[in-house]
Formats: sequence, structure tokens, C-alpha cells
Amino acid sequence: METVLFILLALSSILSALLVITTPSPIASALYLVVTFFCIAGLYVLLAAPLLAAIQIIVYAGAVLVLVLFVIMLLNLKRIEEKISRGWKSAGIVVTVLLVGISFAAIAASTAVLVLGTQDVPIGFGKVATLGQLLFTQYLYPFEVVSVLLLLAIVGAVAIIRKQGSS
Amino acid sequence: MTIQLSHYLLLSAVLFSIGVAGVLTRKNLIVIFMALELMMNAVNLSFVAIARYMGDAAGQLIVFFVICVAAAEVAVGLAILIALWRHKGSMHIDTLATMKW
Amino acid sequence: MPQFVFLIILFPLFGVVVNTFLTRRWSETAIGWFSSAMVGASFVVSVATYATLLGFDESARHFQQVLFDWIRVGSFHAPATLLVDPLSCVMVLVVSGVSFLIHIYSIGYMHGDLGFRRYFIFLNLFVFFMLLLVLGNNFLLMFIGWEGVGLCSYLLIGFWYTDEAKATAGKKAFIVNRIGDFGFLLAIFLIWSVFGTVQFDEIIPRLASFPIGSGVITAICLLLFVGAVGKSAQFPLYVWLPDAMAGPTPVSALIHAATMVTAGVYMVARANFLYSMAPAALEVVAIVGGGTAIFAASIGLVQNDIKKVLAYSTVSQLGYMFLACGVAAYGAAIFHLVTHAFFKALLFLGSGNVIHGMSGEQDIRNMGGLKAKMPTTYWTFLAGTLAIAGIPGLSGFFSKDEILWKTFESGHYTLWVVGVVGALFTAFYMFRLLYLTFHGPFRGSRSQEHHLHESPSVMTVPLVILAVLAIIGGYIGLTPALGGANVFEHWLHPVVTQGAQAHALLGETAHDVEGLEYLIMLVSVVVALLGIWLARSGYLRKAAWPGKLSKGAAYKTILNKYYVDQIYDTVISQPTVKISEVMAQWFDLGVIDGLVNGVAAFFGWVAGWLRRLQTGFVQNYAVLMAAGILLILASLFYRVFF
Repeated sequence: METVLFILLALSSILSALLVITTPSPIASALYLVVTFFCIAGLYVLLAAPLLAAIQIIVYAGAVLVLVLFVIMLLNLKRIEEKISRGWKSAGIVVTVLLVGISFAAIAASTAVLVLGTQDVPIGFGKVATLGQLLFTQYLYPFEVVSVLLLLAIVGAVAIIRKQGSS
Repeated sequence: MTIQLSHYLLLSAVLFSIGVAGVLTRKNLIVIFMALELMMNAVNLSFVAIARYMGDAAGQLIVFFVICVAAAEVAVGLAILIALWRHKGSMHIDTLATMKW
Repeated sequence: MPQFVFLIILFPLFGVVVNTFLTRRWSETAIGWFSSAMVGASFVVSVATYATLLGFDESARHFQQVLFDWIRVGSFHAPATLLVDPLSCVMVLVVSGVSFLIHIYSIGYMHGDLGFRRYFIFLNLFVFFMLLLVLGNNFLLMFIGWEGVGLCSYLLIGFWYTDEAKATAGKKAFIVNRIGDFGFLLAIFLIWSVFGTVQFDEIIPRLASFPIGSGVITAICLLLFVGAVGKSAQFPLYVWLPDAMAGPTPVSALIHAATMVTAGVYMVARANFLYSMAPAALEVVAIVGGGTAIFAASIGLVQNDIKKVLAYSTVSQLGYMFLACGVAAYGAAIFHLVTHAFFKALLFLGSGNVIHGMSGEQDIRNMGGLKAKMPTTYWTFLAGTLAIAGIPGLSGFFSKDEILWKTFESGHYTLWVVGVVGALFTAFYMFRLLYLTFHGPFRGSRSQEHHLHESPSVMTVPLVILAVLAIIGGYIGLTPALGGANVFEHWLHPVVTQGAQAHALLGETAHDVEGLEYLIMLVSVVVALLGIWLARSGYLRKAAWPGKLSKGAAYKTILNKYYVDQIYDTVISQPTVKISEVMAQWFDLGVIDGLVNGVAAFFGWVAGWLRRLQTGFVQNYAVLMAAGILLILASLFYRVFF
């Protein structure tokens, strides 16, 4: 069961990812990216991380991509001239393929990874209570810093956007 | 057959590479941005996978923070893109070419 | 006394140094007499050295004075050592003595010349190098002297360098000499690689391990002879000597008659221990010597410039000396060297007087009747002419006759005939010169006749001294056939029989007087008298045959020196110039400059290509960055897993 789900989700994520980078239209690209995010959320569930799956959907698919779609529609962005010289395009593809290759080789050769078999997860792994416990005790400091970071992001975004002279 | 950690890592590598291909090949700034997000998601996936197979929840927490930072980054990044749009009038990445020989 | 040998070469060197730096304000007289005094001092020390040698036992007449340890590199050792033995003693006496007389003569001849001081500097320098040449105890030191005299010869031939023709003559002398020097140098290299040393006294004991006729020793001898051919103006490297007459006449007398050109003969005589082991080389020497003797004499028959006649005569007489060496009669060769120094210097100085008196005229067709106006010059010139023609009683007869006798005695009959014919030519052209210059009516211009005068005593006294030597100098070599004891040959005997093998070739010097020797002597005398009679008939009695012969083609060829200079020019000089031009244009500019410029251009091209990486497009930079990261990953992967 798990295997089937994994294969399904993996293939869909790869397919939609490919579609993201190949579709000429930015809107279509954004929509395919949403599909990819959902697939990844599904994979998170398979990996005993239900909270993260929820956060992924709420934040990534629900906020980030909505923001992107807002910008695309606000600026009325159309398709643009995607002309790229053959040389540089081939170079990009080659680099990518090599990257995949070397990752495959590294993973295949790594004995440490292979040792980790399918163990049973500890009780309460991935549950909200467990994560919350960790977050507010051990990782409290980064938690607070992240909130400041979000504040900074808001201020920064407004500052960059603001036209000179307006309030 | 059971799904091993290596499968998840391979999947993550593929998604990451697809993201890299997108960054290096597309000319539309928005699409490049989206490919960048794809790369970050791939990395998140590998973190979660390792956390699961090592039984350590810290991996999941890292992803938590990464998602937060990604959200902040998207906000600021899109702000910059809008400013660029106002300045150049185009979303084509080749318009940003002042460091030419 | 032996420890003062170095003074012989020190005095002229001292003269050079003083003249160069201190005598700028001195008067002509002071400079001239000072320089002459330096050479005179050398002569005095030479005489003292001779006296010392006399006191030694006959078999031990040699000593060496080490000046300093010159070269010591690995196993190669060449000290700066002076060797005094009978041969070098004879040479220093002749060189310093004749140089002294010519220095004095030059005071008068070069009077009023703006380069007076420079002249005496070069002349003293020449004497220094020549003495070094004959006193050196190894081939390398001899070579230093050899090169030095070549340099001084160049400087003095082109003394009046503002005249392009004269400067060119100097260049020609130096360049042709260089060809000979190349052979000499190769010989020195070969000597060192074969014997491990270049010192004469060290080579002699090492000869025992070589067979007579050994190929490598023959090669050494032939290469040494190439050097001698260049320096002593034998065929085919004689062409510089007639052109060298462009220099002042005393220079021609000293360098190109009495001393420098005899360096080749000295070298062959000094290396007799090598030549006696290479009969093939000796044959070559004899043939070249004999051939040059008659060849140059034939050219001298028709020349009209007084100095050119004497120049070709010098080449011819040097040929006789080499002929003597070639038949292993080294003693006879040196004997002729000595007598030739006397009468040739005398003849040249006499011609200098004539030119001086004729206000610079050198063409004998415009002279005549000078006998009355320049009596001292005439009588001394006559003495020299009689000597060179081989009239019995004078020095030239004894030395030339000995050469001819030794040639005949050793079985070289063809060469003997060549020598006899050469003697006929010699007598003829010398007396032709005498008659045309001094006898008959005056054929010059009015103003020349008006200025005609005998030279001052500073220019005539040396002539008289040389004339006396030319007359009586031969008696030191008087052969037993005529009642003498051949003191000269005896004196040189220990030197020319160095090396055991030499004995086999030379045999004993004292031999029974045969009737044949008288016959040969008679032939020489008859031939000389025939030559004189022909000259007399042609140029004193003004017969018609010289005029008729001068219309022929043979005359024209000989007058133009058999066109040898032109042949050299076409075959050697022009092609060399053409090749040089091609090399300069194509090779130097094209290949070498092209290579250097090409390297620079290559870098420019690479840079021009590389700068295109800076496209300014962020994505391109991203690609390159990704490639870099890939490389790092690959290396990490390699390191971790292998």
C-alpha cells in the first residue's frame, strides 16, 4: 500500500515539476507548482509528518503561491520571448543531468544511508504535541527569531514597493 | 518492496535538479522564482525523509523553519520583482545585463 | 739571467700602455724614440738570452719561465709560460731586431701624420703579440699571439681608415685570416682531446703511442696547416696580402714581410714533432708551398705597383719556406725566414723611400732614373735585390739554395723544378723592378721630378744596417759543401729533432759532401743569372719583346691575378650575401619575429576569446556557478568513496 502511494505521488510530483519549468505561460506554471506542492504534502504524510503536510498546504500552496498569482495577475504578465542560445541551453541541461547523475552515484554508494532500513517510528513521532513540545522548549530561540524575521520581511517588502514621495 | 530512505533521497535529488534546470533555462523571472521554490521543497523533502528514518524529530523542525523563511523570502522577492517591473517594464531576465564585458 | 725573459714581452707592452695613457702631449720625436727604445730594450734582452743559451750544454738548451697559472679547469691545464730554446731565440732576435729598425724608420716615414701616436701604439702592440707568439710554450698561448698579430695587422692595414678602400683591405685581411684561425682552433681542440695537453714539452713524450702516418695526427697537422695558410698567405688564402699594401709601407715591411706572415712557418717548424709523424701532411705542405711559390712569382712578373710586386714576392718566398718544411728541412725553412726578413724588410723600406721621394707615386711605369737622386736607397735596394735573386755570396743565395738542395735530396724532383723556375721568375721580376724604378730616363711628372729627394738619415740608416745583414747574414748557414760548418742548422738541431720518429725522416744533418750538391748550386746560379739577363734585355736595353708579350691574353690574365679575387667574390662572397639577405628577411623577420609576436598574439587571441564569458547575463553566470559546484561535488565524491 505504502509503496503504491509512494510511486504514485513521486511520479506525479516529478511530472508536475517538469511541467512547471516547461510551460510557457506563467499562470500555468504557477498552477502546476500547486499540484507539485500537494504531492509533496502527500509524501510528508507518508513520512509520518502530518503537521508539516498541513503547514505545507496552508503556507506554501495557500499563501506563497497565492501571492505569486496575485503578482502575475496584478502586473498582467504575459508570456515572454523565451529565446535562449543553444549553447547556453545545452550547457544548462548538461549540468542538470550531471547533477542528477552524481546524486544518484553518491546515494547508491553511501553505505550509511542503506543501513537505515524501515524502522518503526517512535510513539508520537510527528504528532502536533511532540513537535510543539520541542518547539517551545528546545527551539524557542529560533522560534522567536523567525517571528522577528517575518516582521522584517513585511517591512522590507513595503519599503521596496513604496513609490518615492507617497506615504 | 519497502521504500527505503534512498528512494526518497533520489526523488529529492530529481526534484532539485529539475528546479536547477528551470533556473538555468527559463527567461521569465517569475518562472525562475517558482523553480527556486521547487528546489527548496526538494530539500525539505529530503530533510523530512531523513528525520523519519533516523527517528529524530529535529529534521521536521528544520523544515518548519525553512518554510517560514521561504515565505518571508517570497514576500521580499516579489516586492523586488515588482520594483524591477516598474523600472524596466519587462520580466525578461536578459534585461538585467549591466555587468557585460 | 733566465728569469728576465719576461722582459722581452713586457717592454713593448709597457710601451703600449704608456703611449695610450700618458703621451698625448708628447712631441712626435719623443713618442717615436720612446716606442723604438722599448723594442730596442726587448732586443737587448733577447741578445742576453741568446748569450745565456750559448752557455748551456748543447742538449740542454732550453728553459721555461712560468708567468702565471693561466687556465686550470678540470684536467685542462694551460699555463702562461715562456719557452726559450734555440728556435724561439732565433725568432725573438729577428722579430725584435728588425722591428727596432723599422720603428726608427717609421719616425721619419710617418712624420706629420695625424695618427702618429696611434701608429706607434699599434706597432708596439704588434711586437708584443708577435713575441708572445714565438715565446709561448703551448699552442693556446701561441694562438693568443696569433690572434693578437691578426688584430694589429687589421688595425694597421686600415690605418688610414677614412679611405674606404684601405679600410676594406683591413677587413679582408682579418676575415681571410679568420678562416685559417678556424683551422688552427680545430687543431688545438683535436690536440687536447688526443693528447690531454696543449704544451709542447708534454706532447712529445705522448707521441710514442701513435704509429707514423697516424690518421688523427695527420688531421691535426693538416688543420694546423690551414691556420698557417691563412696567416702566411699561401694559396688559396693569400688574397689578403696584396691588398694589405694599403697600409703604411713600414707596416708592410714589418708585418707583411718580416714577421707576422712568418708565424705560419714558425708554427710548422715548432710543431715538427707532429709533422714528422705525418708524411702525408708534409707532402701537402710541400706541394702547397711549392705551388704558391711559382704561382705568386708568375703574378709578380707583370705587376706595375712597386709594393704589389714585393707583396707577391713575399707570398712566393713564403712558399719556399713551406716547401722546405714539407721536405722536413725545418732548419732550412727558418734560415730562409731569417734571411728573407732581412732583405724583404730592406726592399720594402727602400720602396718606402721611393714612394716618399716620389710624393706618393707607386706606379713603376712613372718612375725611372732615381739612381742618381737617391743613391743610398739605390745601393741598399740593389743589395736586397741581389740577395733575393740568389746571387752567390749574399744571404739569399745560401738559404734558397739550401732549400732547393734539400728538396732535390729528398727525392721531390718535380717540386725542385718548380722551385728552380720560381727562382728564375724571382730574379726576373726583381730586376725588372730595379731597372724600371732606378734606371733609365725619368718618366714621372714635372712636379714629382722637382720634389725628388733622398730621405733623411732616420730613414736611410736602418736600410744600410739591413743591407749589411742581407749581405753577410747568410754565412751563419754556410753549408759544408762550401767549406762552412752550417752553424745555423747545428744551432737548431736539438729543436727540429724532437720526437724519436723525427730521426728516421731527417737523418743526420752532417753528411758527406756530394758532387751533386755542387751541380744543384750551379743550376740555381745559372737560373738566377738568366733571369737577370732577361730583365736587363727587356727593361734596361728596352728590347721589343716585353711590349709584344703584353698584348697577349696570357698577360692580361696574369695582370688580373688570374681573376682569383673575382672568382672568390662570385663563388663565395655574393652567395653568402644573398643567403644573409634571405635569412634576414625570411628567417629573422618571419620566423623568429613571427614566433615572438605569435606568442603575444596567441595570448591576445585567448584573452579575446575568454572575455566573452563575461556576458553580463545572470543566467550564464548561474550556469558557470552550477558547473563549478558540480566539480566540487565530484571531487568530494571521489575523495569520500575512493
